[in-house]
Amino acid sequence: MNSIKLEGKEDTPRIILDPANDIFEISGRSLPEDAALFYEPILEWLRRYSETAKTEISFHFKLNYFNTASSKLLLDLLMILEEMANNGTKVFIKWFYDEEDEDMLEAGEEYAELVEVPFELVTY
Amino acid sequence: MENKLMNEIFHDYVFDFYRRMKINQINLIYEGEVTHQITKAFTALTEESMAKDAEPNGLQMKVFHIIVESLQNISKHAQNINGFKEETRGIGTFLIAKSETDYFIIAGNLVDTEDRIAMTELLETINKLDKDGLKALHQEQMKKGKLSERGGAGLGFIDIARKSGRPLAYNFKPITDQTSFFILTTQIPRSKVE
Repeated sequence: MNSIKLEGKEDTPRIILDPANDIFEISGRSLPEDAALFYEPILEWLRRYSETAKTEISFHFKLNYFNTASSKLLLDLLMILEEMANNGTKVFIKWFYDEEDEDMLEAGEEYAELVEVPFELVTY
Repeated sequence: MENKLMNEIFHDYVFDFYRRMKINQINLIYEGEVTHQITKAFTALTEESMAKDAEPNGLQMKVFHIIVESLQNISKHAQNINGFKEETRGIGTFLIAKSETDYFIIAGNLVDTEDRIAMTELLETINKLDKDGLKALHQEQMKKGKLSERGGAGLGFIDIARKSGRPLAYNFKPITDQTSFFILTTQIPRSKVE
């Protein structure tokens, strides 16, 4: 499958979905003008990727800011990963946060409660 | 003669406006359409000024967050009001003020009476909840469903209350029977008070 590489902008995150190099990462900030429109191709890619069985996937979240509209779509993304886990893939989520930013830690903890996937919270 | 008088009126207005802004420690004031460009410009300006003041990272993120959600409330929820000649969709008033102790983010827009009832209900529900209650409501809303047609997640007010750690201070100033001007003020303490 082709990889996805999006450069980060002031209002959209940097996204790398690269199976060949085993990199799945979203970083930076997320407040797109239209969150659903921005995330749709990402979610679609991941849905297609999940269609064929995978042994494992490690997905990294290194966001320093996301708005509430994005928060919903990040949950959609996590739910696709949860679905993969249910179908036998070993899924690991790493949620990175600035140690001064308690809200980002809390956001990670709350996502961990919403989906049943191994969730690791890491400071950077 | 007439021109000279008009100029004087404008000059007095600007001077008065300047003094009021200084007295109320207002850093930024805007009235008009809230577009994505406006949101980007205001957050960039605030980030710059907060970095200059060497505000802690956590506080910078909170203020950033509340500015974005407050502006999105205007751009997504300010609707065209029946019977109003002017276009009111996405139009609002926005202020940022800073005192020795707090940041204040103030957002206002027109709403019709029908929305006012539902909004009051939601705002009052939020204001009755403590930290854990707000978290539970947030989680419930996250699980519940899709983004609305307007692109809202129904999380804005909940999020503002959680990030600021205070009840939502709001007001509906009646304009006509059908419409009010809705104002939401969010106060964010500059130093941590627990």
